[in-house]
Amino acid sequence: MFTLFLEQLLNGLQSGVMLFLMASGLTLVFGVMGLINLAHGSLYMVGAFACAAVAAWTGSFWLGLMASLMAAAIAGALVEILIIRRLYNRDHLDQVLATFALILIFSEGTRWIFGSFPLFLSVPEFLTGTVVMPGDFQYPLFRLAIIIAGFAVAAGLFLLIGKTRLGIRIRAGEADRGMIAALGVDIDRLYTIVFALGAALAGLAGAFVGTTQSVQVGMGEPVLILAFVVIVIGGIGSIKGALIGSLLVGFTDTMGRFLLPHAFATFLDPASATAIGSALASMLIYIVMALVLFLRPSGLFGTEA
Amino acid sequence: MKGIKTTIAAVAALLVAGAAQADPVKVGMITTLSGGGASLGIDARDGFMLAVKQANNPDLEVVIEDDQRKPDVAVQLADKMIQQEKVDVLTGIIWSNLAMAVVPSAVAQEKFYLSVNAAPSQLAGKGCNANYFSVSYQNDNLHEAAGGYASSAGYENAFILAPNYPAGKDSLAGFKRFFFGDIAGEVYTKLGQTDYAAEIAEIRASGADSVFFFLPGGMGIAFMKQYAQSGVDIPLIGPAFSMDQGILGAVGDAALGVKNTSNWSKDIDNATNKAFVESFVAEYDRLPSLYASYGFDTANLLLSAMGKANVNDKEAFRDALRAADFNSVRGKFVFGPNQHPIQDIYVREVVKEGDVLTNKIVGVALKDHADAYASECSM
Repeated sequence: MFTLFLEQLLNGLQSGVMLFLMASGLTLVFGVMGLINLAHGSLYMVGAFACAAVAAWTGSFWLGLMASLMAAAIAGALVEILIIRRLYNRDHLDQVLATFALILIFSEGTRWIFGSFPLFLSVPEFLTGTVVMPGDFQYPLFRLAIIIAGFAVAAGLFLLIGKTRLGIRIRAGEADRGMIAALGVDIDRLYTIVFALGAALAGLAGAFVGTTQSVQVGMGEPVLILAFVVIVIGGIGSIKGALIGSLLVGFTDTMGRFLLPHAFATFLDPASATAIGSALASMLIYIVMALVLFLRPSGLFGTEA
Repeated sequence: MKGIKTTIAAVAALLVAGAAQADPVKVGMITTLSGGGASLGIDARDGFMLAVKQANNPDLEVVIEDDQRKPDVAVQLADKMIQQEKVDVLTGIIWSNLAMAVVPSAVAQEKFYLSVNAAPSQLAGKGCNANYFSVSYQNDNLHEAAGGYASSAGYENAFILAPNYPAGKDSLAGFKRFFFGDIAGEVYTKLGQTDYAAEIAEIRASGADSVFFFLPGGMGIAFMKQYAQSGVDIPLIGPAFSMDQGILGAVGDAALGVKNTSNWSKDIDNATNKAFVESFVAEYDRLPSLYASYGFDTANLLLSAMGKANVNDKEAFRDALRAADFNSVRGKFVFGPNQHPIQDIYVREVVKEGDVLTNKIVGVALKDHADAYASECSM
């Protein structure tokens, strides 16, 4: 039971790290530009499809991974320049409508190019198999690699935001966009870069997740909802909040699915314990979100609105 | 000139219609054509439309709409089709939760409903209806066969897994009805769930000697990939939905050797089935799935009834449907008393033919199998 518990903790960590790649882009875009981007999930789908298509064509997962970053970043930059740029001064309802339209365009466009049937994408050869973890249980090597890669990206992102000139501009843009424009920063270019960066992170998450799941049209929307839960919990605009929120959601979801049916089974018959436990487990992250909002209305690391 | 042509065509159509003495039949197809479950609905539609095209019957008109796998959308579409389009027959729904939202009210409004897939237990027993026909199966059937197969293969301790929705509940109930070993663990997952790490960890720790899983569409792809990556080597058994033709390509070699139960397979040996598989491949350039076979049979059942009776004579049309006088791709086709099929269910194994993964029949799991709810139906 204890090793199972450890394994589930790792699973929670892995799902949290993947969520962070999604949520960090979303929260950056919201924090810096004040834009609600529903099409973020579509960029995740673009990444997964680019990776699957290039990996199938060249036989190399790594080229696929590169392609996912490039395709999502390019798609993000184009979308920002052509459409999103016109929305910054509109109210949130217009942004939601326009980016929802983008979801439909991306989905049908992808269906038009790749068809309705899921694509094949597999783990590279040397990352297949399992490793024996401390505590004596086997864990898939690829999931371990995802955890490490996710933390590496998170560290890179913190360095980028905290230590570089671009990071200073991004933070300044969050604080007062009128002022940095007045100081001569090319705000249009900054916005395009931030949007492409967020898109690339989403594309990377899509490529990673595509290797363990189904690469299909519409794969982005369920993740998008979770990513919104994460940034609401973490505080909108905060990268640190996105990290903590992602891990919290990842752990809550995994451990809830694992522990709740067992907990109910101590005083109910197995069939109803499973039914009630799994029903409650699927609500758990929303209950956590409601609790966080009740105690801290602007999220864990949000600035007071 | 054009006007004259149209007039001649119209007169000709009238004459043909007059000769057959049949009113035209309008079919409303509500199925999933976008989002995660789209490949199932597209297959069912393509199978249905292939039969319609082959029959080339000018009295048959089909209206197709996308339900996006959302119950509320399906209900709106059904209302629109009944009230505005004035359809005579509804069909197409893939998902049982959508079927439960649409079918009871449609059949109460004296519309025929022919199911190409979803057949929840609620509509087979006390909730059966003279206007409701399931061409595919009753939801539990393939799972019952999987239970029967697991027992006869000598498995004694199974871990069972399904999504938390009506068909998922039917699935596990069906499996347990015919499996006589112990249940090592029973898990309901969220519908549309994509990560199964937590469930696979439990399977590994459960000490089971077999795993039964019902995860249609993208859920099955995600589960199979992650199961293969996890290194767990407990044998998998599933209904055909978990190993359907649309899934296999995306799962890859991880699916090889997995046993699954189905009432249709592309190697069932009869002329209708051979012609169906050949013409489907020629038309759409891919192998048909079982959803496509259900769509094809449903259209042919409808066409057979249209040849015998007028759709506005409800009683006669119902009898014509009940007679099921058509060539099914499954060979023989008979409706039971609750208008669900009585049929053989096979065990298939995933094999590779050249570069393409597909299924091959390796045995019969249940012969002339009827569903468990027929006795509760009073019709």
